[in-house]
Amino acid sequence: MASHTVIDELKKNQILELLEQGKRVDGRALDETREVSIETNAIPKANGSARVRLGDTEVVCGVKIQPDRPFPDTGDKGLFICTAELLPLSHPTVETGPPGPEVIELARVVDRGIRESHMIDVSQLVIEKDKSVIGVFADNVVVDYDGNLFDACSYAATAALLSSKSPKWNWVDEAPTLAEGEEVDVPITTIPVSVTMAKIGKHIIVDPNGDEWASMDARITITSDSDGNICALQKGGNDGFTQDEIVQCGEISVRVGAKIREKLKAAQQGGQ
Amino acid sequence: MGGREATMVLMDENGKRCDGRTVDEPRRIMIKAGGLKNADGSSYIEFGDNKILVGVFGPRDVHPKHMSDTDTGILRVRYHMEPFSVGERKNPAPSRREIEISKVIKEALEPAVMLEKFPRTAVDVFIEVLQADGGTRCAALTAASVALADAGIPMRDMVAAIAAGKVADTVILDVNNEEDQAGQADMPIGYMPNLEKITLLQLDGVLTPEEYKKCVQVGVDGCKLVYELQKKALNDKYFGNKGD
Repeated sequence: MASHTVIDELKKNQILELLEQGKRVDGRALDETREVSIETNAIPKANGSARVRLGDTEVVCGVKIQPDRPFPDTGDKGLFICTAELLPLSHPTVETGPPGPEVIELARVVDRGIRESHMIDVSQLVIEKDKSVIGVFADNVVVDYDGNLFDACSYAATAALLSSKSPKWNWVDEAPTLAEGEEVDVPITTIPVSVTMAKIGKHIIVDPNGDEWASMDARITITSDSDGNICALQKGGNDGFTQDEIVQCGEISVRVGAKIREKLKAAQQGGQ
Repeated sequence: MGGREATMVLMDENGKRCDGRTVDEPRRIMIKAGGLKNADGSSYIEFGDNKILVGVFGPRDVHPKHMSDTDTGILRVRYHMEPFSVGERKNPAPSRREIEISKVIKEALEPAVMLEKFPRTAVDVFIEVLQADGGTRCAALTAASVALADAGIPMRDMVAAIAAGKVADTVILDVNNEEDQAGQADMPIGYMPNLEKITLLQLDGVLTPEEYKKCVQVGVDGCKLVYELQKKALNDKYFGNKGD
């Protein structure tokens, strides 16, 4: 969040003192995420949806699937677009109006993690080559803020996509025509999981909460796929990481990501 | 972003890349310190076919005033591409991509600049991409560091930047436009060689954990090469015989 107050400075000292003893403000281990709760199909009018809580951060994601025109240079691929928005009710400092750089980065990093994992096989989303394709839109809204929106939005979008069912369209008379009553699975190839770590002093912690987020010196978000490969990464914040820390963060992200992936799978099975 | 089609040969049987380079060979890099009369510091970089101009102003008064910080100076970065810099004309208004890159470059430079010495002021960095050919954020960050040094702003180190990546299942240095579009992974890295700190790091594309480690290593080694060229550019201007 953009606002940084005197209170944050005081809290930072406390957070740092605790970290020196290997402790966190909310009692978690350094590599422990907050509790993740996932409710799928929260919005029945969407083709897929999820309401995710990561500690006190809460995100609702809805997936809409509809015919669209392909990009001119990729007529043999469907569209996948993921967005993220902070609602004014999520925090007193959030205002209406066009998104600032923080929110633009949030949306792009969440989109990139899922896109680069090739979770959705867009080559299967073609109705008629070069003319009509299927667009999958995953829109996140943040309804309550307590740090680490990157992971909360990523889990919400992934859970919503896993719960999605797509309508079916046929190419009739040069137009996509809805096949009434038919539903198909969305072509899913892998389950990406993003893990965000903050660096405070010399300490690296997983899933920073709101106070930790306001106190951090730098952060890194790493997305890994079901095979344990790393598929997207974004460093942020106004400090740097050593090469060893970057390698260490890669290992943490794959290990912690595997646990979260099980929760996403369980939510998918529970929702069906 | 965009399509990734493997229609072109990215690496031939001799390990040569689509533009004739070896796996760990950067493109031609030319950095010039100074060049603009009105800016407090400036630089120009040619990085392969990228051509980027950077101007730095400050430390100076902050407008709008509410942005100023009583504890420290602030750094503001605008990364902007000219409409004629790419194949199809680009809308001159800042895109979401440009806003994100501006933020990422700002955060990569902040650890290097001693902003705490100038409370209530701003240092403005304007990056103008005249021609783009893949890897503009790294070239821009490299040039911006030189321009900040040219402006005489106290710095802890300079940030050098280059991308590592994966093409035809091989880890490579300095991803060009074709390799970015058709390759398997692109990892831009910004690094301060004296402080041994990575200040910019992004990745898109799939890497195994081993490839990930190797990419970071290849990128850091590449940054050290770029760093020598940054120092040479400043040396040429301030200690060379060029009368610039």
